[in-house]
Amino acid sequence: MKAKHQRLTLGVVALASLVGAGLLAASALRDQAAYFYSPADLARSPVDPGQRIRLGGMVADKSIRRAADGVTIDFVVADGPSTTKVRFRGIPPDLFKEKSGVVAEGAFGPDGVFVADTILAKHDERYMPPELERGGDGQRHKTGTLKP
Amino acid sequence: MIAEAGLAALWLAAALALLQLVMGATAFAGRGDAARMVGGAVVGPAAVAQGLLTLLAFMLLVWLFTESDMSVRLVAANSHSAKPMLYKIAGTWGNHEGSMLLWVTILGVAGAAVALFERRVSARMRHATLAAQAAIGLGFFAFLLFSSNPFERLAPAAAEGQGLNPLLQDPGLAFHPPTLYLGYVGLSVAFSFAVGALLTREVDAGFARAMRPWVLAAWIMLTLGITAGSYWAYYELGWGGWWFWDPVENASLMPWLAATALLHSVTVLATRDALRAWTVMLAVIAFSMSMVGTFLVRSGILTSVHAFAVDPQRGSFILALLALYIGGALALFGLRIATVKEGAQFEPVSREGALVGNNLLLTAILGVVFVGTLYPLAAEALSGEKLSVGPPYFDATAGPLALLMFVLMAAGPLLRWRRDQAKALIRRLAVPMLAGVAALGAVLVFAPGIRILPLLGLVTAIGVGAASVAPLFGRNLRRTPLFIWGMVIAHLGVAVSLAGMACDSAFTRETLVALNPGEARMVGPYSVRLTAIDPVAGPNWTALEATLVAQRGTNAPITLKPQARSWPNPVTQTSESAIATAWDGQLYTVLGAQDERGRWQLRLWWKPFVTLIWLGGGLIALGGALALVGRVRRAARQPVAAFA
Repeated sequence: MKAKHQRLTLGVVALASLVGAGLLAASALRDQAAYFYSPADLARSPVDPGQRIRLGGMVADKSIRRAADGVTIDFVVADGPSTTKVRFRGIPPDLFKEKSGVVAEGAFGPDGVFVADTILAKHDERYMPPELERGGDGQRHKTGTLKP
Repeated sequence: MIAEAGLAALWLAAALALLQLVMGATAFAGRGDAARMVGGAVVGPAAVAQGLLTLLAFMLLVWLFTESDMSVRLVAANSHSAKPMLYKIAGTWGNHEGSMLLWVTILGVAGAAVALFERRVSARMRHATLAAQAAIGLGFFAFLLFSSNPFERLAPAAAEGQGLNPLLQDPGLAFHPPTLYLGYVGLSVAFSFAVGALLTREVDAGFARAMRPWVLAAWIMLTLGITAGSYWAYYELGWGGWWFWDPVENASLMPWLAATALLHSVTVLATRDALRAWTVMLAVIAFSMSMVGTFLVRSGILTSVHAFAVDPQRGSFILALLALYIGGALALFGLRIATVKEGAQFEPVSREGALVGNNLLLTAILGVVFVGTLYPLAAEALSGEKLSVGPPYFDATAGPLALLMFVLMAAGPLLRWRRDQAKALIRRLAVPMLAGVAALGAVLVFAPGIRILPLLGLVTAIGVGAASVAPLFGRNLRRTPLFIWGMVIAHLGVAVSLAGMACDSAFTRETLVALNPGEARMVGPYSVRLTAIDPVAGPNWTALEATLVAQRGTNAPITLKPQARSWPNPVTQTSESAIATAWDGQLYTVLGAQDERGRWQLRLWWKPFVTLIWLGGGLIALGGALALVGRVRRAARQPVAAFA
């Protein structure tokens, strides 16, 4: 192979693999990027049971209930008038409380309750899940889904 | 006085960086021999003096922190007189201004080291490299002096400081940022070398040999930093996971991916004089990723545990620097690359070919991580949509690419340089492939319900592990060069890490319970009994501490004491997990809250072989260190050989 050809081949291979990576990224984004939802988003476009998402909003006042096993809690995440029921088995973060911001990760069960396996709460004055930063003061999230 | 002295040292260092830039440029491109001689004579001493002065400024800031001088705004905002000494010192860089000063300090000291010790490249190239290094330094000096002065006074002085985020008060995290910064800044030197080589048109094997130790050192530091950061997140955040695909984690992963690619291509250039343009390009990309990482963490555009809220002006400043350096380097690359002579030839099936493949895959992984990390920011900027990209995206994109890369990683070291036969390769890979198949059989027999990804991970790990030691077969082990050992150990480390990840995701057992004191519960092979809950106090916190007695079979019982801590400055609560390490895994315990019936919540994990993840990270860094020592020793011997 001549020098020029080799350089050209390498260039083409590099370009092809980067385009391939770009396509892979784009298709994965299409499927998975719509990852953060507020209850209002869910009211507009529901999510299938089993699909992993992040749910964010405020923990509704007087909505936290503990189950008899001591490790399961039920609560309601609210975004204005829209609400979503959440169940979580685990130790919630220390600053998880009513009327405070929360992000729950998990998926909807068949009964329409969101089953969270991870909960992020406002940690201290320096930490806040990025999605919530401007969510608490009434400003709406526009998440929308990227699915066609 | 100390603060003023520190600020003066910083200004003086900035002036010297300007002198270094001007003199380096004069030495390289000045008109007349006299101008060039003066420039060449001044640039080195200027670089050394600049390095010493930035170091002095940094030491003075450390001093202010150890003295808890509350008349300095930065100390008052980030320290507290009751903090243990280690965290007073670590508080120096546990904040925006201090960490940027640390960044500039490492940059200055690295420039001084280049001026003092680098004798392998031509004088012209050294001058151009030092000028480039000074240009990078100047941008960061301006950033510090005009928008983030660490020595700013507070009038009147505060009576007491506001403390350091308790999550950061941990030995792991005290040393984590300096390690990562050493990595980032090591890549800046590689970048300066690349700019110097482009300017002097000396893109050749000699340039690669000069750049390689810097790339290796930076890569070792990044590896250690990421490994330590992952272990810190694992035990300190109390959620039992070791990687979150958090943008701040990605900020350190992206330069590592680029540095890994660069490390391999610079070896091709140094050994075989091929891949010239590609290597220079990767050096530019690697430093760009350091800058992007700094931008992500320091701009306040992300809010996370490690990203301190910063005003957007600073973000714009770093963004402008980023555009200036990267844009400038790419423009120079575009102008000069056509004149870079073609390097040596090779066939597709060869060591070079495998390394090109590895480079492309690493770059592709870097690409998908980059897209996933920045997509939410871009989407919000363009359309105001708030969305986040999470683990499902990264697993789906980076996962398959990484598996492909592992296969290539097994094959590459068994190929000859320049040209090889596919048949011969398959013969050499027979033993590793057999090991993989045996692992597949064993896992299917002993853990029939395993999910597909952990299964693939385990099989690949065994295969790659066997393949990575294969280059040692048939060699005289005593006479095997140190850098070969380095490669073998680093590749073995990747296999070990991968095995740990697969085991953790396949075999972890979790129990979540509410127990009264005296009650016990099983998790994995352990029976864990809650014996007591007591209040305890530390130097600057109080806590509730559970005493857990874990018994495994007939072994001696182990006591674990997880805590729920309360911090007064600032008012915060954290969970301190307690972890017992056995040869085959870790028992991980977290104490939660008390429920209405007086029971205590406990989260118990049995994580088989999870420690392999970080052991592997340590092996990768050790391999890098052996390669570095081997290369430096060999280089030190070479001039002697040349005269003999």
